[in-house]
Amino acid sequence: MEIDFVIEKFILVTAIFAISLLIAMYSTYAERKVAAFLQDRLGPDRAGPFGILQPLADGVKMFMKEEVIPANANKWLFMFGPGLAMLCACIGTAVIPWGQDMMIGDRLVKLQVADINVGLLYIFGVIALGVYGVMIGGWASNNKYSLLSAIRAASQNISYEIAMGLSIIALLLVTNSLSLREIVAQQHGWHWNVLYQPLGFIIFMVCAFAETNRAPFDLPECEAELNGGYTIEYSSMKLGFYLFAEYINMFVSSTIMAALYFGGYNYPGMDYMAELLGPTWAPLFGTLIFFLKIFGFIFFFMWVRWTIPRFRYDQLMNLGWKGLIPLAIANIIITGIVIAIVNKF
Amino acid sequence: MESLSNKKKVLVSKPLNLAERLYLPAIASGMATTIGHFFKKPATIKYPEQVREFSINWRGMHSLKRDEQGRERCTACGLCALSCPAEAITMIAAERKNDEKHLYREEKYASVYEINMLRCIFCGLCEEACPKEAIYLDGPIVPADYLRKDFIYGKDKLVEAPLEVK
Repeated sequence: MEIDFVIEKFILVTAIFAISLLIAMYSTYAERKVAAFLQDRLGPDRAGPFGILQPLADGVKMFMKEEVIPANANKWLFMFGPGLAMLCACIGTAVIPWGQDMMIGDRLVKLQVADINVGLLYIFGVIALGVYGVMIGGWASNNKYSLLSAIRAASQNISYEIAMGLSIIALLLVTNSLSLREIVAQQHGWHWNVLYQPLGFIIFMVCAFAETNRAPFDLPECEAELNGGYTIEYSSMKLGFYLFAEYINMFVSSTIMAALYFGGYNYPGMDYMAELLGPTWAPLFGTLIFFLKIFGFIFFFMWVRWTIPRFRYDQLMNLGWKGLIPLAIANIIITGIVIAIVNKF
Repeated sequence: MESLSNKKKVLVSKPLNLAERLYLPAIASGMATTIGHFFKKPATIKYPEQVREFSINWRGMHSLKRDEQGRERCTACGLCALSCPAEAITMIAAERKNDEKHLYREEKYASVYEINMLRCIFCGLCEEACPKEAIYLDGPIVPADYLRKDFIYGKDKLVEAPLEVK
């Protein structure tokens, strides 16, 4: 282990961490703006030009609030919950390949923190862990609303993880690899996986909405029935962590969808651009394209949230178990048959 | 029973068909609607900087009018007070002196004229009752205040500013 390797990774980790926090921060602003535009309003426009300082003002407000821990709450778990939610949200980006290998001077830099050969499984595990933050927080609050919300979150995530895993299996049949680096590299140019797995993509996307607790699957935090759900007893920055973790999760989900199905840093005409820009700037341009795709997905998340009303709980379960899981299994079978035929002839 | 008006509609709730059960077509049409609104002009009026225009039949704060020569039109007949359903208007009449002819149009005028803005319901009946065209509810919104006594507006607030004499 050379020292420059450590420095390189340290810089990369710091940059990715900072970028994902920044994007999550401005997602809160973007969410309010998108909501406003979709409803013929203006949205926040008082803090700074176009309200661009609004996330800072919100953050300061969160920090300044009084911190309340209910008397009958389990104090340690109560504090552990938001931390776990935040941790799980932040570590998901570690295996994402952000760009092609980049030449800086005569050094080849991988734009990926950890190139592990089961990157997809890692992400799947991290997403599955994410619900524990909600569950622990909801249970430790010692409040019936938050407990109900935690139960809802747990059952919802478990139900949709099955369909999500099945949709990924169909993807694996196409890619023959669990390594995210390889999956993205295979989608060179316009060979994006969404063209081979459109149904799988739709299933994956619906499940991603459910896993991030976003509308129309935001049952764990619905205001009307559960008074805000698992966040009901939380105040100050602990609440801020939960809300923030949701936006980081949204960013991570968008990243994964863009990487798995929409080609990551690949774009049509990338070979031409690689010759034009050289080995240093062409990968960065690919990263830029990647982020544009991610922002597109984040916008899509928000667009959906401000369009579709929340599912009822039984509708949610019906859709998950009777709709998505059979569809995902059918998708696997069809994909398998097609691949078998293609390989035979 | 048979419907006599022929307006009765019998609603039947059918089970969802396949397209409805998939949700996706309905979701797509909903998303098309919302994205249409994304590009529409916002209806917001940024209040402190922009003020929305009043409609032409808006009734706001009262003003006591002057005539072409800048004399107060009110003759303290009391019809406005009488017509007021909220009992918001009071006045004290006084007789015009000889040297006040440039101030008051009629021989009798209101030396005190008070409207209680907390009582007023802005119905505009005083405006209709006035035979001298002396009172109109053509002002802006009555501003907020802290004390009840400050809502009783006297002539200092109600009478129109005098005409500029050049």
